Amino acid sequence: MIVADKKPLEEIIGYLKSHKSILILGCNECVTVCEAGGQKEVQVLASALRMNALKEGNNVKIDELTLERQCDHEYLEEIRDVIDQYDAVVSLACGVGVQFTAEQYPSVMIYPGVNTCFMGATEKRGLWTERCQGCGQCILATTGSVCPVARCAKRLFNGPCGGSTAGKCEINAEVDCAWQLIVDRLKALDKLDQYETLCPIKDWSTDRAGGPRKVVREDVQQ
Amino acid sequence: MSVKTPSKLEKILSEGHLAVTSECGPPRGSDPEAITKKAELIKDHVDAINITDNQTSVTRLCSLAACIRLKLMGLEPVLQMVTRDRNRIALQSDILGAASFDIHNILCLSGDHQSFGDCAQGQNVHDLDSMQLIQTVRHMRDEGKFLGGDEIKRPPQMFVGAAANPFADPFEIRVPRLAKKIAAGVEFIQTQCIYNLDKFEAWMQGVRDRGLHEKVYILAGLTPMKNVGMARYMKKRVPGMDVPDEIVERLAGTPKEKQAEEGIKICIESIERLKQVEGVAGFHIMAIEWEEKVPQIVESAGLYPRPKVD
Repeated sequence: MIVADKKPLEEIIGYLKSHKSILILGCNECVTVCEAGGQKEVQVLASALRMNALKEGNNVKIDELTLERQCDHEYLEEIRDVIDQYDAVVSLACGVGVQFTAEQYPSVMIYPGVNTCFMGATEKRGLWTERCQGCGQCILATTGSVCPVARCAKRLFNGPCGGSTAGKCEINAEVDCAWQLIVDRLKALDKLDQYETLCPIKDWSTDRAGGPRKVVREDVQQ
Repeated sequence: MSVKTPSKLEKILSEGHLAVTSECGPPRGSDPEAITKKAELIKDHVDAINITDNQTSVTRLCSLAACIRLKLMGLEPVLQMVTRDRNRIALQSDILGAASFDIHNILCLSGDHQSFGDCAQGQNVHDLDSMQLIQTVRHMRDEGKFLGGDEIKRPPQMFVGAAANPFADPFEIRVPRLAKKIAAGVEFIQTQCIYNLDKFEAWMQGVRDRGLHEKVYILAGLTPMKNVGMARYMKKRVPGMDVPDEIVERLAGTPKEKQAEEGIKICIESIERLKQVEGVAGFHIMAIEWEEKVPQIVESAGLYPRPKVD
């Protein structure tokens, strides 16, 4: 899923200074799972903003709504009838949701309420870690299903570097060395001999480097 | 191994001499004397001088310009190049720039992570990794072509090196990793600073078991300790560094004013022992901001005078 983290309240208050009617718009997907932008977080943020408005003596209308998704036209249509009541929306969806909402409603200011961080997984409640950077050309078949692009701080295709110590990365003793994980896994699979296969120079044109990407599937288009 | 480039370092190694290299870190400013003075201190005692490339990710005068300074002094530079800061366009371009000054040695590295340096908020590039940079230089040299396939007019003639750290984890892939670099085309290796000689010798045993010492020249890396504080720092804070307790204790047991001398002594003793290790083709002495000690180390270790080659 896409993992996001809450933005500091002060930052959001800063965006909203000139606005009088605000919709806090949550998303029921990834950001709900990572507890950054679901219904619960919408309530908490709305309450905090109301309290702040009260404290500052501002008369501001703050409403709450959580959509099933903000990355789908279908669900964004649900606010078409009410959007004119607001001069600002704080979207607690990921950056995709913020932009897609803005594309649908060009005359309303849409602010991000979370920092979108990465594609990752829930290790346990309150701990999410990165697994994929969407490079567009998956190489997990050759790396024991551990991704060096997402998990090595230098995205080395032929690691580990000389900084790997006791299974940890040189940048931080709390970060696993991806290449230690790869070696451990290849060993468990009895495929350590694969380690010596040189990974060729990567074609990054399917990554961010190639510009904004799209997936076109004519077979499923209507 | 037959000679493939005009590199003096390659020639010395191919003739079976124990090679001696050292390195100079460029300044955090543009004063060329910071390079030339360091080089003057060591030039008669080493065969080639590495210039580090923004080591520990701290921004400095560039490796290429400093190598040109050495070249203008008639010395033999080893251009260190990390993949952290440049994509494949910039790497190939700098290789050609170096080749235009007839710089004949390159050391291909991935580089320390930028979080250690003065631009921790910067991007890292790592378009290629160190092994792929080795492949790139060999491709440019041997095929005379760019990565994109076009022909290079006057291709680089570089003796291609890389680092090896026998002390990093996981130990079991440290020999296979060297084999991988050899498969990528590396021709000489400069190792991480060796303090744990037993572990280094165990690694070299693995290297010899696979005959890798006959496919690549291995220069053993050494850094003299200035004092016990440096030993403790390297033991605890420098990733991938293996400083055994005996070294720390030996320096701690030496009076403060004699610790530098003791550090030099440890370095010389290490060289003497490593000379006996089959497959060690020379020494890379990294006297960090202590270049003036290199001549003493080289002389005391019986590595002086340096061989003359054409």
